[in-house]
Amino acid sequence: MNTALSWIKAYVPELSCTDQEYRDAMTLSGTKVEGFERRDKNLEKIVVGQITQIEAHPDADKLIVCQVNIGAETIQIVTGAKNVKVGDKVPVVLDGGRVAGGHDGGPLPENGIPIKAGKLRGVPSNGMMCSIEELGSDREMYPEAPEEGIYIFEPDTEIGADAVELLGLRDSVFEYEVTSNRVDCYSVLGIAREAAATFRKPFVPPVVSKTGNSEDVNDYVSVEVIDQDLCPRYCARVCKNIKIGPSPKWMQRRLAASGIRPINNLVDITNYVMEEYGQPMHAFDLDTVAGHKIIVRRAKDGDMFQTLDGQLRKMDSEVLMICDAEKEIGIAGIMGGENSKITDEVHTVLFEAATFNGANIRKSAKRVGLRTDASGKFEKGLDPRNAEEAINRACQLVEELGCGEVVGGMIDVKTPLAPLRVLPFEPERYNRLLGTNVSKEEMLAIFARLDIIYDEKAGTLTIPSFRQDLVGMADIAEEVARFYGYDRIPTTLPNGEATSGKLSYKMRIEQKARDVAENFGFSQGMTYSFESPKVFDKLLIPADDELRRTVTISNPLGEDFSVMRTISLNGMLTSLATNYNRRNKNVRLYELGNIYIPRQVPVTELPDERMQFTLGFYGDGDFFTMKGVVEEFLECVGLSKRKEYDPNIGKPFLHPGRQASIRYEGKVLGYLGEVHPEVCDNYGIGTRVYVAVLDLPKVIPFTTFDRKYEGIARFPAVTRDISMVVPKDILVGRIEEVIAQRGGKILEDYSLFDIYEGSQIKEGYKSVAYSISFRAKDRTLEESDVAAAMKKIINGLSQMGIELRQ
Amino acid sequence: MKAKLDQIRERAIAQIKECENTDKLNEIRVGILGKKGELTGILKSMKDVAPEERPQIGQWVNETRAEIEKVLEERYAKMERLVREAKLKAEVIDVTLPAKKPEIGHRHPNAIALEEVERIFIGMGYEVVEGPEVEKDYYNFEALNIPADHPAKDEQDTFYVNGDILLRTQTSGVQVHEMEKGKLPIRMLAPGRVFRADEVDATHSPSFHQIEGLVIDKHITFADLKGTLAEFAKELFGADTKVKFRPHHFPFTEPSAEMDVSCFKCGGTGCRFCKGEGWIEILGCGMVHPHVLEMSGIDPNEYSGFAFGVGLERIALLKYEIDDMRLLYENDIRFLKQF
Repeated sequence: MNTALSWIKAYVPELSCTDQEYRDAMTLSGTKVEGFERRDKNLEKIVVGQITQIEAHPDADKLIVCQVNIGAETIQIVTGAKNVKVGDKVPVVLDGGRVAGGHDGGPLPENGIPIKAGKLRGVPSNGMMCSIEELGSDREMYPEAPEEGIYIFEPDTEIGADAVELLGLRDSVFEYEVTSNRVDCYSVLGIAREAAATFRKPFVPPVVSKTGNSEDVNDYVSVEVIDQDLCPRYCARVCKNIKIGPSPKWMQRRLAASGIRPINNLVDITNYVMEEYGQPMHAFDLDTVAGHKIIVRRAKDGDMFQTLDGQLRKMDSEVLMICDAEKEIGIAGIMGGENSKITDEVHTVLFEAATFNGANIRKSAKRVGLRTDASGKFEKGLDPRNAEEAINRACQLVEELGCGEVVGGMIDVKTPLAPLRVLPFEPERYNRLLGTNVSKEEMLAIFARLDIIYDEKAGTLTIPSFRQDLVGMADIAEEVARFYGYDRIPTTLPNGEATSGKLSYKMRIEQKARDVAENFGFSQGMTYSFESPKVFDKLLIPADDELRRTVTISNPLGEDFSVMRTISLNGMLTSLATNYNRRNKNVRLYELGNIYIPRQVPVTELPDERMQFTLGFYGDGDFFTMKGVVEEFLECVGLSKRKEYDPNIGKPFLHPGRQASIRYEGKVLGYLGEVHPEVCDNYGIGTRVYVAVLDLPKVIPFTTFDRKYEGIARFPAVTRDISMVVPKDILVGRIEEVIAQRGGKILEDYSLFDIYEGSQIKEGYKSVAYSISFRAKDRTLEESDVAAAMKKIINGLSQMGIELRQ
Repeated sequence: MKAKLDQIRERAIAQIKECENTDKLNEIRVGILGKKGELTGILKSMKDVAPEERPQIGQWVNETRAEIEKVLEERYAKMERLVREAKLKAEVIDVTLPAKKPEIGHRHPNAIALEEVERIFIGMGYEVVEGPEVEKDYYNFEALNIPADHPAKDEQDTFYVNGDILLRTQTSGVQVHEMEKGKLPIRMLAPGRVFRADEVDATHSPSFHQIEGLVIDKHITFADLKGTLAEFAKELFGADTKVKFRPHHFPFTEPSAEMDVSCFKCGGTGCRFCKGEGWIEILGCGMVHPHVLEMSGIDPNEYSGFAFGVGLERIALLKYEIDDMRLLYENDIRFLKQF
């Protein structure tokens, strides 16, 4: 909301502070000022001058030479303007002064345009006469300004006076961010009331006198509210003998500062009251209202209605309409109809000031696709008491401005107004919540400034109707805090029972994952949780795959963000592709993020959110590099036993010969592999990519941070190397399985040191060599111990068709 | 005999001192002290010496031997030193050649910022917890004093799965889960991913992170809230950081505030970074609304508490001076490596 400070000051006449002081104080008391702008920025040395003489320029057809009386002296100004004549009073910027913009009305330069005396085509010119654009505004806001040329003041304007002041520009416009609970502050009066309380100055709202002639409004019009649930109050008054004309300058200036274009006296009055009271009003041409009857009811599904902006719009049965005896003439709270629009020929006007159901207006505005200043206010839920005051204020302005004759009385259709809220006065509780020691007297002084009435006998506070946000103790405590000053509240630390600060166990595992990944050169990425359903095609996931059962967003930003991921690889591959396209070499990334597995489709309960530890890289390294990282992580979190790898998992997005599940104690923890070249193509990655995914909920049950010291071996180890000829289809994992199972208690370690396929090995076989070490904790091993263990191992191997190489 | 021994000694010492390499020195040693060496020869010829002279001569031989051995030793040591020196000289390297770095990975700036925040609050006794990202409307809105039809629901541009299930727009729902557990007092920190229907640009993302804080105990005051968050700001942005609390509105806290911190770039005098304000808005906070306590089964007459919510990306962007939020989700390694 934008408002001229001068308008606020009109209701807080004693307010005296700089713009910056005002801004700071208001912000600290809860009316946040987003910013402010001096309207006279870059307007320097500009006075009213009267043209006393005009002569042709000796050397230029398009220029004229004017003598301009600026009070103290008469100066010569050369101009190209065509609209001036002798006797005109115009704004004149003097030598050394400054204007805000150029005459073409383009964007205003930051520091304005300096004006200096000089010569135009050889003739001295000691200043410049200004157009409204040069003064930083435009004809929209100053409709009296000529279409082209110099701004001309009224004939009775004082020569030599401050032209900037006369144009209402010695002022600042403040922009406020009003919070949604403070409906009352979407009005000049509301903010002025806050300003008065903040600066502890008297608040002087306009006095609305009784208006209207001796006629009765009921003889002019009747109102029937059918859907009272959506319209708790409807006030109507009538003005006749309307004389359309411009509104007075002071009103135009205030509206212009608020960013509202002055139109004519009648429209300006409704806009003015909307700004002043925060109550939107509507004016109908009563002669267009059939049967002189207003009916407020819901529309019918599919009704078409032309709003006064000329657009034809589709209604439905939840949109509230204002109708006459025959037809719909306005969408309640949003916009009037083309068919009852006020024209310059209007004779009798019907003013409407109503209160509508805020939620309904908000939803209707959304569905109809039309959000207006009025609907923006209504949707916050307005105070029904305000409607009456506002409509009377409008009628008062009609009379004061000579805009027409107000008919006596007001039609008022309403559900009973809720009584004013009464809350107990609980100073101790306020202080206890705030941690303050504010005196009762200081609290009461604050309440008085906020129109909260204290009843000493009852010990209660009566809340004014415009403060719908004050409901309970905490709300009142906030009022105390705001005007006592948030900055004056002490700073302490809670001193209660001690609690132990910690990460959850899951977070500790995740932290380990980060540490291990980073130690191996993987950097942490973050990607979105939602993605496009096309991702499944990119990953070659079959049409009937479980992974395609997703949690789907009903109102996504677009298809690309429409399904919650059920697999973490798309984010990883997209990030790797980004790096690949940018020619980054050897990129290693990891991510810790959830996938979302629906428990049923369509979704009726919360999905299973599973934290995935995803690793991916291209560049240096291969499948076994990735395998090493996975194993290192698992060992770091306590999975010290053998990990098994099953290549037959059929992941369509991985290389068919280079993929495996990661199993521990018979449970699948995740998978790793080389990304299928077709998938790489789909992501535009022209190199081999390796990925691993660990499903942390599967890993966590096996994890432990417990460690027990096992001693350092004191007796020597015995090592045996065996070289084998192995049928090609036997995985070395199976050989290891045999070694591990048959090596017995003395088996310490085993490691593959050679694997070879080629001409020296018979067809269908490969050569595999292992180094196996044995050790006992309590003695030096005998040759016979080792021989027995080796024999068991070799027997086991030979049962699988493995031969020892001699 | 003595003269002969002296002669052997003199000659040996001279030879040793002249000797320049180890092999030669070995030869000399063997020639004198070895099995067939001169001195050994003399010892062998002792049988020809009169028995009463033998001790005397034996002593002389041993003394001579000791003296020669000592000189030999010194010579050996010196030569070893020379050899080492020569080796060291030959091994001089250019220390300004490039380092061989094992490449370690880098943590995401969001994660670094989060760890900072967690460290601070864990130190103050907060337990870090999590809640679901796909959430029930009740926890995201209703239990936080945002009933159906509340304008705040529209303001937050919620992604819905269906009428009842949505992507959480704030981590505040974790407050409710925590309170419902019924274990008091509470000091919790709940970081996590949240979602709002904002188009992607330099300052918006449909998915971002918040960190929610909640303290519930007897006698918790607004002053405690101020003190806690002032402490937090100092820890995070430096000991000189000042804080300012401005009244604000959130449906689930009352009184509510926004906290600004003095600009850590200019210290509060106003600069481009803080847009000339000297202050930077950092978080929203307030005293937990009594109705919210009640809905979660906590008696507001006995307990009170405060809550706060911080945008993690906002902290990361400010702290590391990142000028475009999109960088956080692109995962360009040249970006990540800078943290």
